[in-house]
Amino acid sequence: MEFNLKIWRQKNAKAKGHFETYHISGIESDASFLEMLDILNEQLIREGADPVAVEKGCQSSGPVAFDHDCREGICGACSLYIDGRAHGPDDHITTCQLFMRHFKDGATITVEPFRSRAFPVIKDLVVDRTAFDKILQAGGFISVRTGSAQDANNILISHDAAEKSMDAASCIGCGACVASCRNGSAMLFVAARVSSLALLPQGKVEAKRRAENMVAKMDELGFGNCTNTRACELECPKGVSVEHIARLNREFLKAHFSN
Amino acid sequence: MADSKLISKIPDGPLEQKWTRRKSEIHLVSPNNKRKLEIIVVGTGLGGASAAASLGELGYNVKVFCISDSPRRAHSIAAQGGINAAKNYQNDNDSVYRLFYDTIKGGDYRAREANVYRLAEVSNAIIDQCVAQGIPFAREYGGYLANRSFGGVQVSRTFYARGQTGQQLLLGAYAALNRQVAAGTVKSYPRHEMLDLVVINGQAKGIITRNLVTGQLERFGAHAVIIATGGYGNAYFLSTNAMNSNGSAAMQCYRKGAFFANPCFAQIHPTCIPVHGEQQCKLTLMSESLRNDGRIWVPKKKEDVEKLRNHTIKPSQIPEEDRDYYLERRYPAFGNLVPRDVASRAAKERCDAGFGVNETGKAVFLDFSEAIKRLGHQRVAERYGNLFEMYEKITASDPWKEPMMIYPAIHYTMGGIWVDYDLQTTVPGLYAIGEANFSDHGGNRLGASALMQGLADGYFIVPVTIGDYLSKKFSEPKTDVGAAEFDEAEKAVQARIDRLFAIKGKTPVDVMHKKLGNIMWEYVGMARTAEGLKKAIEEIKALREEFYKDVCVPGTQFEFNQELEKALRLEDFFDIGELMAKDALNRNESCGGHFRLESQTEEGEAKRDDENYMYVSAWEYKGEGKEPELHKEPLKYEFIKVATRNYKD
Repeated sequence: MEFNLKIWRQKNAKAKGHFETYHISGIESDASFLEMLDILNEQLIREGADPVAVEKGCQSSGPVAFDHDCREGICGACSLYIDGRAHGPDDHITTCQLFMRHFKDGATITVEPFRSRAFPVIKDLVVDRTAFDKILQAGGFISVRTGSAQDANNILISHDAAEKSMDAASCIGCGACVASCRNGSAMLFVAARVSSLALLPQGKVEAKRRAENMVAKMDELGFGNCTNTRACELECPKGVSVEHIARLNREFLKAHFSN
Repeated sequence: MADSKLISKIPDGPLEQKWTRRKSEIHLVSPNNKRKLEIIVVGTGLGGASAAASLGELGYNVKVFCISDSPRRAHSIAAQGGINAAKNYQNDNDSVYRLFYDTIKGGDYRAREANVYRLAEVSNAIIDQCVAQGIPFAREYGGYLANRSFGGVQVSRTFYARGQTGQQLLLGAYAALNRQVAAGTVKSYPRHEMLDLVVINGQAKGIITRNLVTGQLERFGAHAVIIATGGYGNAYFLSTNAMNSNGSAAMQCYRKGAFFANPCFAQIHPTCIPVHGEQQCKLTLMSESLRNDGRIWVPKKKEDVEKLRNHTIKPSQIPEEDRDYYLERRYPAFGNLVPRDVASRAAKERCDAGFGVNETGKAVFLDFSEAIKRLGHQRVAERYGNLFEMYEKITASDPWKEPMMIYPAIHYTMGGIWVDYDLQTTVPGLYAIGEANFSDHGGNRLGASALMQGLADGYFIVPVTIGDYLSKKFSEPKTDVGAAEFDEAEKAVQARIDRLFAIKGKTPVDVMHKKLGNIMWEYVGMARTAEGLKKAIEEIKALREEFYKDVCVPGTQFEFNQELEKALRLEDFFDIGELMAKDALNRNESCGGHFRLESQTEEGEAKRDDENYMYVSAWEYKGEGKEPELHKEPLKYEFIKVATRNYKD
């Protein structure tokens, strides 16, 4: 298969970015999107190293930088905005789970970084998502000291509560929800953590503090407000439901009124 | 004879009292002194994150480093199936002793008794800790914790959170870490890569890192350093490891005096999605838990194999009597739940005999049709739903209708930095935990034990044992990063980087890495011979030369530069690959994941040689281009009877 790739290039956080177009051919339909980018990078590195091409005025910007790691949809590192959708044109996937058989042969594909005020670009398609770490540091935990826990079966949790909590806990922290939201809101991300813990008896003790502190931190870091467009849910690779946003709102209001 | 440089510090006394005894001997550090002590933790997987969090909680000053944009991305996140513990919640006669015994046996009698017993002993506290952290483990309808079975054992002791257990455990450890970051006891440095260990007066005192965003080299000092950087399976290029997983930190420690143990022990996991083509860079694991209900088979008849390869029949059309459930046939007692090394070799044997079921001839079936009939769609979906989805996304084939195709792939490395009972390396003040050390899995790791070991080391072992070393250090001043040893280390790192940019060759790093991977898989893979291993050593040497002549590292040091990162890691993979081949050559026996063709039974089973190889091989670095020196730590089995592994009856 062959493709024209319109890719966002940006040297660093301060530089101005622009699109560059590349042609690539000989791609197996079973190759993943990231494998296709690997092949493009190999091509760009060879071109950049070729003195003849350079002499002819070939200005290589070098290989395209992009975050990736596990390549099996769980680490949450990959973060591309492809043809106007976070993680590309398929439902409930990360970019590494997108395969070239989903594209038409000869298609032009636009590739951008996740865009949000709270996720500044580091280089090309790589963004800084440390804001997510900061939100979780504000309260996304249960305060239990190592070694102080009771026997695990002393805490009974219904099958359904555990399953629901697990649904929320499957968030991979990729940021697709933020990138897909027209307000750049991180509500689904925050809700996933708050809700996952609020559903369990262990998490109830600190529920109020957690909801208030995490929401306050999210606002402070420049994420937008939620206006219930539900784009986040549609684009979430793990299908985390906006039902958890409702639970976050409930937890937040409960905390607010009890103060 | 015991080697004077390898003092394992295993406490005396009965097996079940060793850990208690050691803990009671360990000197304590008072809270006001803990505040004066600094600890560096490199890596934020289960081991690193849990250690950093627990040490911060104790009151030490901790700095934690990872190469990804967030500690949560560490590759522990990808572990699927579960975590073992000897809770005996199933009333199936499980116990600490049985978990210990299964792990020693599964490791083919090449792990230390005392370490493995301790691992089994603390396993229960891990589950308690994780539940208290809010990890949503699977539950029965009565609200109690659910369990499942894994390979190599006859009880159900594996706790799980769907097929995302590693993710949930890591998010628990990461949450504990976040809590300490908020409390100010831990400072987190994401996108920082360790490039050297700094040793002053023979003691680990700090590290040199490269800030992966700015490219600056930076110095960090401490009273002790903990390495938790995982395994080196990516030496094979194609593996189930994450793309950025690497063995570089371990190699830096090795070059600074830490011995490297059992490098040849690499685990080849039987249930991975087969290689699809030349452009592939990553293999995907399908959880071992699938073997609880999935049955592995190939056709009995060659003509069926042909038809499958031409796509003229579907696997489901092959009648029951024409299927060879070869694991059930060869190992009736354990069936599809034999340990990974055994299952992998059996798959290779069938494929080598011409029964591989895809075009490349390198795949076998993992079939759920019987389980779906027995349990119904919903229960199978609850257990494996996300794995089925993942398989379908990758292969575009629906495992509800047709069996999955699987083949073995490199997954985990049991070898690693040599450590004593306290998890301290041969360099005082340098500790290694989790997959980065060698201590608990011998020649083969059992499923659901990696998570257990990472968290045992990080939550419960190193936070205690490191106190013994630090109790003598609190009066020492903070490490001065202006010391000559830091200057030297930084200069050496700078020289390494400059050398790479100066090559100005034409070949991308990945192309060279693939070549290394091919050598490793061919000669240091599932079946090894003396001749092949010698060839591997020569070919790696030649490839390294080619690398220094022709590799292309574009860009500059002082920017976000992934090619430079990869080139630095590949340099270390050359050394690891060579060391693995040397170790495999030395170990002229088959045990666990290490299979020497020269050493097998008439039935083709691995044949150990306890008389000559019942030891841990620990390699000492002797300088660039020089032969490393082999030290041997004899393994003594005082409490269990060493036997031939038998999974047949």
